[in-house]
Amino acid sequence: MSKANREPLIHITKRKEMDWKQAWIIRVISIVCALIVCALVTMVMTGQDPLSIFGAILEGAFGTERKLWILGKETAVLLCVSVAMAPAFRMKFWNLGGEGQMLIGAWLTAACMIYLGGKVPSVVIILISLIGAIAIGAVWAGIPAFFKAKWNTNEVLFTLMMNYVAIQLVAYYIIIWENPKGSFNVGIINQSTRDGWLPYIGSFQYLLNILVVAAVTVLMYVYLQYSKHGYEIAVVGESQSTARYVGIKVDRVIIRTLLVSGGICGLCGFLMVAGTDHTITTTLAGGRGFLGILVAWLAQFNSLAMVLVSLLLCVMSRGAGEISTDYGLNQSFGDILTGIILFFIIGSEFFINYRINVRGSDKVIKEAKSAGPEGGLH
Amino acid sequence: MKKVIVLILSLAMMFACGALLTSCGGSGGEGESGQAMQVGLVCLHDENSGYDLNFINGFKEACEEEGIEYQIKTNIPEGQECYDAAAELVDSGCGIVFSDSYGHQPYMIQAATDFPDVQFVSCTGDRAKTEGLDNFHNAFATIYEGRYLAGVAAGMKLNEMIDEGKITKDQAKMGYVGALTYAEVISGYTSFYLGAKSICPDVTMEVTFTGSWLNETAEKEAANKLIDNGCVLISQHADSMGAPTACEKAGVPDVSYNGSTIDACPNTYIISSRINWTPYYKYAIEGMMNEGSFDTDWTGTRETESVLLTEINDKVAAKGTQEKIDEVAAKLDSGEIKVFDTSTFTVSTIDEKTFTNLGAKTDADGHLTSYMADVEYDEKFTGDTEAVKDGYFHESEFRSAPYFNVQIDGIKLLDTKFEAID
Repeated sequence: MSKANREPLIHITKRKEMDWKQAWIIRVISIVCALIVCALVTMVMTGQDPLSIFGAILEGAFGTERKLWILGKETAVLLCVSVAMAPAFRMKFWNLGGEGQMLIGAWLTAACMIYLGGKVPSVVIILISLIGAIAIGAVWAGIPAFFKAKWNTNEVLFTLMMNYVAIQLVAYYIIIWENPKGSFNVGIINQSTRDGWLPYIGSFQYLLNILVVAAVTVLMYVYLQYSKHGYEIAVVGESQSTARYVGIKVDRVIIRTLLVSGGICGLCGFLMVAGTDHTITTTLAGGRGFLGILVAWLAQFNSLAMVLVSLLLCVMSRGAGEISTDYGLNQSFGDILTGIILFFIIGSEFFINYRINVRGSDKVIKEAKSAGPEGGLH
Repeated sequence: MKKVIVLILSLAMMFACGALLTSCGGSGGEGESGQAMQVGLVCLHDENSGYDLNFINGFKEACEEEGIEYQIKTNIPEGQECYDAAAELVDSGCGIVFSDSYGHQPYMIQAATDFPDVQFVSCTGDRAKTEGLDNFHNAFATIYEGRYLAGVAAGMKLNEMIDEGKITKDQAKMGYVGALTYAEVISGYTSFYLGAKSICPDVTMEVTFTGSWLNETAEKEAANKLIDNGCVLISQHADSMGAPTACEKAGVPDVSYNGSTIDACPNTYIISSRINWTPYYKYAIEGMMNEGSFDTDWTGTRETESVLLTEINDKVAAKGTQEKIDEVAAKLDSGEIKVFDTSTFTVSTIDEKTFTNLGAKTDADGHLTSYMADVEYDEKFTGDTEAVKDGYFHESEFRSAPYFNVQIDGIKLLDTKFEAID
């Protein structure tokens, strides 16, 4: 009997609102721990000096003016998708279709460039493909949203499947557009005429993309934090019943929010094709549709914080390329380091929200009891 | 807002730590080692792909022999990333930049336009001849000769299996795992088939495509499918170990590509053909140092040692394979045998709807008498050059990259499927 009554060695209780200074200290400690673990892993697995590896990562991301531009371009794309994901996820609508929404926008842009190139002025192609890409991205997200709102279908499966529809559609058209036949390769579209290409600002090829994404990010911040729509999204996310009770039309909010989310993804596809890559492949989105979800969650749907999270991920991925060039380490090693850092950042949130109690500490038990019955997680 | 500050601070701290460490570490980063000329290579995948490994090994060897510093960028997709990677290599002092995948070509052309003082080479590319840029080059090798000789080894093995009563003549069917349905692959599997057919006249072949240069699962599944279809010998033109390992598991002999797979497949590996890129790299690097004067379009041959066969696995190969290969190779070198000798194969399908064998003309027996190949790069893939003369198809003579894309009898294409998801 006495054994059964015995308090467990470790139990976890939910903390009350934590002092922000304390939370801050926990986060810094976690980053430091992450760096130490990264250093240990580097030494054990590769035998390289971890300091020079960290140096090379920073060198690869920030080393030259060109590297800075490339970093800016990569960050802009990831940030754009993350910003697109934010309203949907804040509403607890699990939009896993970012990949497809981007790709379908990219596909429409490529189609405009191929079929209208040489027939109408470049400005017209840009306008048509911009509007078209946003519209088709919105439709791609709007379809699952409509079904969810009307018949409560599972949006996880629906949005995920829409990705495959987009990928196969792109694959089909690549076979029509490929050059030469059978190579599954479209090449640079309108390489000589540059029809439908976004203009460079000065001599800076990537600047326009970065500026557009910056504007979208600020707009999204204002939209979510200060607009009525943003408030409705937050309420629907907390509880649909509450939202209905206060008179919010939940169906409309779901569809409207997904149109915004998909539209921004479509815009992102447009920026990639018309702004930087000028080609279409099935792997153009490159997993960013999913990575963007991680960014949005880590930043807790704050668009400005997303800038930093997406920057962190892009620095790590550019750095991974650099260490594979400089040290002959496989690129996957960079992914391992990124994984360690993310693990610690996410882990720190656990320690901020929960307290770990070790048996025999009376003070802790009292505190846990005073936190109320729903406070304990045994 | 709190969260934002926290993130800013934690990131700032990370970078500060990093910067501090770099300044202390000092020796990190070989990128800026003075003004010494360097050379760069852009790869689609990394060492885990046999195709890229073959390029990387050849590149390192050539650089070491030339005593020049090098940088290699791996896992570079066929998009704007290729341009960025090439430009970064130029920034860090490379006088010549190579790329290893066909799809890199348009981005290399873009880079060649933007950096006129640097030489760019798109290996396996086909546009240098028509692009009119002084600093843009293509290179390939007559790998169809290597595949023909590997096919001879396959034919010997089939004959041995027939003689031993393991299979009947009707069952002499080979399988081939191809990546994509364009000339480079078609030329490859056809030369392999013709090599086998020169030894084992009854042989047929089935070909299936994965739609990707590197997809280990798809390649393994493709090999298994061919084996289930009754293929008794497998070969491949795709970059992973998928097909060879599937063969090892099923105990089906395999003619590999890009390098020996004897370590992983000791009981099924027969032989492999590969392009040896070292001679070309040395030639191009020397040309670059000689103010960029080297061929716009270069074709490696058996004579330049660009086309090699790896060691034969005596445990699997039929008796006398080495002698037979030596004999055929000597005849190839003397010109007595032509790989694409039009009297050795027939063409019976000409179909406008599926774009099959457009531009082909045949005599009453089905032997090719004329074929307009698409040698000059253009948007519409029109045949522009007569490739059949003196009784054979002149592959890799008008341009280094292959342009033999005739579908010949005896080879059955199971699909032209494109797996879009890697």
